[in-house]
Amino acid sequence: MEGVDASSIGIWGVPLAVLGGAIRISTPFLFVSLGECITEKSGRVNLGLEGTLVMGAMSGYGVSYLTGSAWLGVLAASAIGALLGALHGFLCGRPRVNDIAVGIALMLFGIGLAFFLGKPLIQPSAPRLPSIPFGFFSDSPQVRSALEVNVLFLVGLALAPALRWALANTRSGMVLRVVGEGAEAARAMGYDVLQVRLLATVVGGALAGIGGSFLSLFYPGSWNEGLSSGQGLMAVALVIFARWDPVRCLYASLLFGGASALGPALQSVGVTSGYYLFNAAPYALTLLIMVLSSSATEASADMPAELSVSR
Amino acid sequence: MSASASLGTAQTEQPDSVSKLALARVFRFFESLAVPLAALLVSFALFGVFVAFTGNSPLDVYAEMYRGAFGTWFSFQNTLLRAAPLMLTGLCTALPARLGLIVIGGEGALVMGGVAAAAIGPALGGAPPPVVTLAMATFGMAAGALWIGAAGALRVLRGVNETISSLLLSYIAIALLNHLVEGPLKDPTSLNKPSTVHIGDHNMLANTPGFDVHLGLVFGIVACLVCYVLMDRTTFGFGGRIVGGNVRAARLSGLGVKKLVIITCCLAGAAAGLAGMVEVAAVHGRANASLVAGYGYSGILVAFLARQNPLAIIPVSLLLGGIGASGGLLQRAFGLPDAAVAVLQGTLFVVLLASETYQGRIRLVPRALGGS
Amino acid sequence: MAQRAYESPFARRITLRLVLGAIALMAGIGCNKKTEPAAASTASGETAAAAPADDGKLTVGFIYVGPKDDYGYNQAHAEGAKVVATLPNLKIREEEKVPEDVAVQNTMESMINLDGAKLLFPTSFGYFDPHILKMAEKYPNVTFFHCGGLYTEGKHPKNVGSYFGYIDEAEYVSGIVAGLTTKTNKLGFVAAKPIPQVLRNINAYALGAKSVNPKATLSVIFTGDWSLPVKEAEAANSLIDQGADVITGHVDSPKVLMETAERRNAFTTGYHASQAKLAPKGYLTGAEWNWEAVYKGYIDTVQNKKPIEHLVRGGFKEGYIKMSAYGPAVSEEAKKKADEAKAALTAGTLVIFKGPIQDNAGKEVIPAGTERGQRDIELEKMAYLVEGVKGSVK
Repeated sequence: MEGVDASSIGIWGVPLAVLGGAIRISTPFLFVSLGECITEKSGRVNLGLEGTLVMGAMSGYGVSYLTGSAWLGVLAASAIGALLGALHGFLCGRPRVNDIAVGIALMLFGIGLAFFLGKPLIQPSAPRLPSIPFGFFSDSPQVRSALEVNVLFLVGLALAPALRWALANTRSGMVLRVVGEGAEAARAMGYDVLQVRLLATVVGGALAGIGGSFLSLFYPGSWNEGLSSGQGLMAVALVIFARWDPVRCLYASLLFGGASALGPALQSVGVTSGYYLFNAAPYALTLLIMVLSSSATEASADMPAELSVSR
Repeated sequence: MSASASLGTAQTEQPDSVSKLALARVFRFFESLAVPLAALLVSFALFGVFVAFTGNSPLDVYAEMYRGAFGTWFSFQNTLLRAAPLMLTGLCTALPARLGLIVIGGEGALVMGGVAAAAIGPALGGAPPPVVTLAMATFGMAAGALWIGAAGALRVLRGVNETISSLLLSYIAIALLNHLVEGPLKDPTSLNKPSTVHIGDHNMLANTPGFDVHLGLVFGIVACLVCYVLMDRTTFGFGGRIVGGNVRAARLSGLGVKKLVIITCCLAGAAAGLAGMVEVAAVHGRANASLVAGYGYSGILVAFLARQNPLAIIPVSLLLGGIGASGGLLQRAFGLPDAAVAVLQGTLFVVLLASETYQGRIRLVPRALGGS
Repeated sequence: MAQRAYESPFARRITLRLVLGAIALMAGIGCNKKTEPAAASTASGETAAAAPADDGKLTVGFIYVGPKDDYGYNQAHAEGAKVVATLPNLKIREEEKVPEDVAVQNTMESMINLDGAKLLFPTSFGYFDPHILKMAEKYPNVTFFHCGGLYTEGKHPKNVGSYFGYIDEAEYVSGIVAGLTTKTNKLGFVAAKPIPQVLRNINAYALGAKSVNPKATLSVIFTGDWSLPVKEAEAANSLIDQGADVITGHVDSPKVLMETAERRNAFTTGYHASQAKLAPKGYLTGAEWNWEAVYKGYIDTVQNKKPIEHLVRGGFKEGYIKMSAYGPAVSEEAKKKADEAKAALTAGTLVIFKGPIQDNAGKEVIPAGTERGQRDIELEKMAYLVEGVKGSVK
C-alpha cells in the first residue's frame, strides 16, 4: 500500500462516488419518469420521451448559448417538451391511433430533429446552470464535489412528494386518476377524457424536456450527439418499476443513478474486471425487480387500468 | 338517378352484377392505397418544406435521393443490401404485434444471433460450408428466439411488460456481446478491433444470383413470405389474430394463449437472430461491436409502416433501405446533416401512424357499387 | 370495437395488394436500370462515373465514423481534409457518421459511382477489414487510404494504403508535462477499450511522467465504448475523487473529459485535436494528429501517378503528429524537459519502450537491453499496463 496522503480517500471514494453519481446522474431519470408517471396516470403511454429529452437537451443548450442565460434554456427545453407532448397527445386522441407506436415515432423524430438542428451547437460552449455547494462544511474536495447539487435536482426532489400528494388530494389529481382508471366512468362524470390526457402528456413532455436540459446544461454539461444513451427510454421503464408512484420514481432514479456510477468508481479503486457486466447491472437489476414484482394472474393494483401496456 | 337504375338492374341481371362486384373491388383497392399513399405524399411534402428552410430546393433533393436509392443499378443494389436485414428485424416487431404485443428489442436478438452464429462457425472446423452455414443459421435463430421468447414468456407467465423487458434485454445483449468479444470469445489476433475468430472466407455467404447482394436478401424475402402464410393463412395465425383482437375471447374459446404468445415471440426473435447471423456470415465474417448498427431499432419502424403485415414489410424495407442508401448523397451534394434521413423517417413514421385514423373511412366506392 | 373487427381482414387484403404492386414497381425500376449501366459497371467501377468527374479535377472522398466537429478523432481528420480542399485541381466530398458496416461500403461505392471519386480516405479503424478490402477488389482503379496501419504485403489489394501516426511519442511528452505539473503525483486516464493502440498511449504517458517524476502513478478507467459522455464524466469525477489532478483520455471525443476536469480545477492534457478552448485554465498540452502532412503526400502520389506506399507511419520526425501549444499552468522546467524529449524523439535518439520494463503485476515485459523502436511489430500487440499504472486490461 502506498502512503495515504490528504487528497486520497481510497475505498471510501466508492460510496461517495455512488452518492455523488446518484445526485448527478439521477436528475434526468427523475424528471422524465415523473413526467411519464403523470402521463401514464391518465391512461396513456408516451414512449417518445427519449426524443423529447434529446430535443430538450439541444434546445436548452442552444437557447442558453444564444441568450447567455441557462435558465432561459431550461424554459425553452420545457416549452419544446410540452410541444412534443402536445403532438403526441393530439395524435393519440384520434381514433385508432396507437400511443406506443406514436411514441416510438416521435422518439425517432425528436432525435433526428435534435441532431439536425444541433449540428452548429457541438462546438460552442454555452453558460451552464449554477449549483449549490452543500458540501461547504467539509474540508474534503471529494465531499464538496459530490454535494455540488444542482437546483433542478432539488426541484425534482420536492416535486416527487408534491406530486404524490397532489394525485391523492387535489381535484386535478383525482380527475387524472379517474380518467386513467376508466374512461367510460370519467365520461359519465362529465370529464373530457381526451382533454385530460392531452394535458397530462403536455405536462409529461415539459418535464422530460427539463430533464434533457439538465444533461446539456449541467451534467455532463455540453451538447453532443451521444449525450443520451437511452436515459429517456429507461426512465419510462422506471415508472413501471416504481409502480406509478412519484416518490418511488425518485427512489428508482436515485438507485439507477447510483448504479451507473458504480462501474467507474470501482475501477478507480482497482476493481477492474468485467466492467461491461457492471455497466449492464442497472438494466439487469431493473428487469429482475420487474419480474419479481409482477404477477401473471392479475395486473398490478397500482397500474392505471386504461394503460395500453396492461392490455 | 342512374345509380338507382343500375342498382335495380344489378339485382336482376347476373353478369352485370359480377362486373360491378369486380369494379367495386378495384375501387376498394385504390381506396386502401389512398390513405398510405396520401400519408407518404404528405410526409414528403413536409420534409420538402423543411429542406426548403435549409436553402435547398426540395425537388433537387428528391431527385438526388431517387438517384442515390433507385436511380442506377448500383444504387438499387445498395438499397437491397440495406433492406435485407430490415426485413428480418421488421418481422421481429411485426409478428408479436399481430398478437397485440409491442416488442422493441430486435437489436438485442440480432446481436445475440450474431454472437451465437460467430461462435459456432469456427468451432465446426473443417465441416463443409453448407453445414457450417446451416449450423450458424440454426444457432443464430435459436439465440434470437431465446431472447425475444424470454420477453414473451415473461409477459404471459409473469405479467412483465414486453416492451420494456425486450428493451432491457437489448441493453443486456449488447453488454454481453462486448464482454464476449473482448473476453472468452476473443480472437487473440484481432488486436485493435476485438472480435471473434473469423468464420473463414469459404464459409462466407454467397451472393444472390444476378445481384451483387448477399443471400441475406433471399433469407429476408423468404422469411416474410413464410410468415405471411403462417400468420394469414393457417389456423395458428388465425388464433394469433384472435389473441390480438381480444385476449379474453381467445382464452374463453380455449386457445392456448400462453403457448401461442411464446411461440410467436420465438419466431420473431429467430427472424432477428437470422439477421444477426447474416451480418456475421455475409458482411463481417466475425462478431464484434459493429453488429450494433441499429437495424433492430429500424425494424420497429419497418413493422409499423408495414402495418404489421409480413408481406408489406418487403416494400417498406426497400423504401427505408433506399432512404438510408441515399442519405449520404444528401450530405455530400447538399451539405445537409446526416440526421436529415432520421428527420424524414421520423416524419414518415408520425404521419403514417396519424393516417391510421383515416384508414377505412375514405370512401371512393360509389354507393351504387355497395360502398358504405 | 365492432368497427375494428370488421376492418382488420379487409385492411389485410389491401395491404397484400399494395405490397404486390409496390414490389412490381420497384422491380421494374431495378430491371430498367439494369439494362443500360450494367455493362459499364461490371467492366470497371469508373466508366459509370465518367459524368460527374469530367472537369479534370481529382475527386477525393473523406469518410468519418462520427461528427466531424467532435473535438476529437473525426475533427482531426476533418481538419486535414480542410487543408486538402485548398489544393489545386481537386475537390473533396465528405460524409460523416458512417457506421462500420455495409453502410460504409455503400458510401464508398456511392462516392465512386455517383461523385466520381478516384481517391478515398475512409478514416475509421474499423473500416478496413472487410469493407475497404472488398471495395478495393471491386474497384481496382480507385485508391483507398485507410487510417490504422493495417496493410499486409501480398495479402491485401495493391490499390490500398494504410497510414498511422506514432502518437505515443506525443503522449510521452504530454506525460512529462503532466508528471511535472501534478501536485498529488496522481494522474488519471479515461480510455474506451483495452486494445493495443490505447494501451500503448497509456503506457507511453505513464513512462513519460515517470521519467521526470518517479513518484507519479497513473490510474486508468475503461468506459467500454468510444462515445459515452455521461460515463466519461463519471470516470473523470471518480479519478479526481481519488486524488488525480491531471486528467487525460483516449475516447473519440475528449470534450466532456476536458470540461469536467476544468470544472473541478484539475489539469488536463488533450488528445486527437486541441481542446485548449474547452479548458482555458487547466489545459497543459496535448497529443494531436497532423493528418494534412499524410494527406498531401498521398494526393501527390495519386496525382503524379507515383507508386503507392502501402504502409506509411510516422511520428514527430515525419510531422504526422504535433503537440498542442503549452497552457498557462505549464512551468518553465516542464516546457524545457518536454521540448528536450520532443527533440530527442524527433532525432530518434530517445526510445520510449526501452527495457527493462515491468508490467503492473511485476512481470518483465521488455527485458533489460532490449529497445523496442517505433516500428517494432511487438509493440502493436501490447496487452499490458506498465508498472505504475493502476488498472487492468482484463
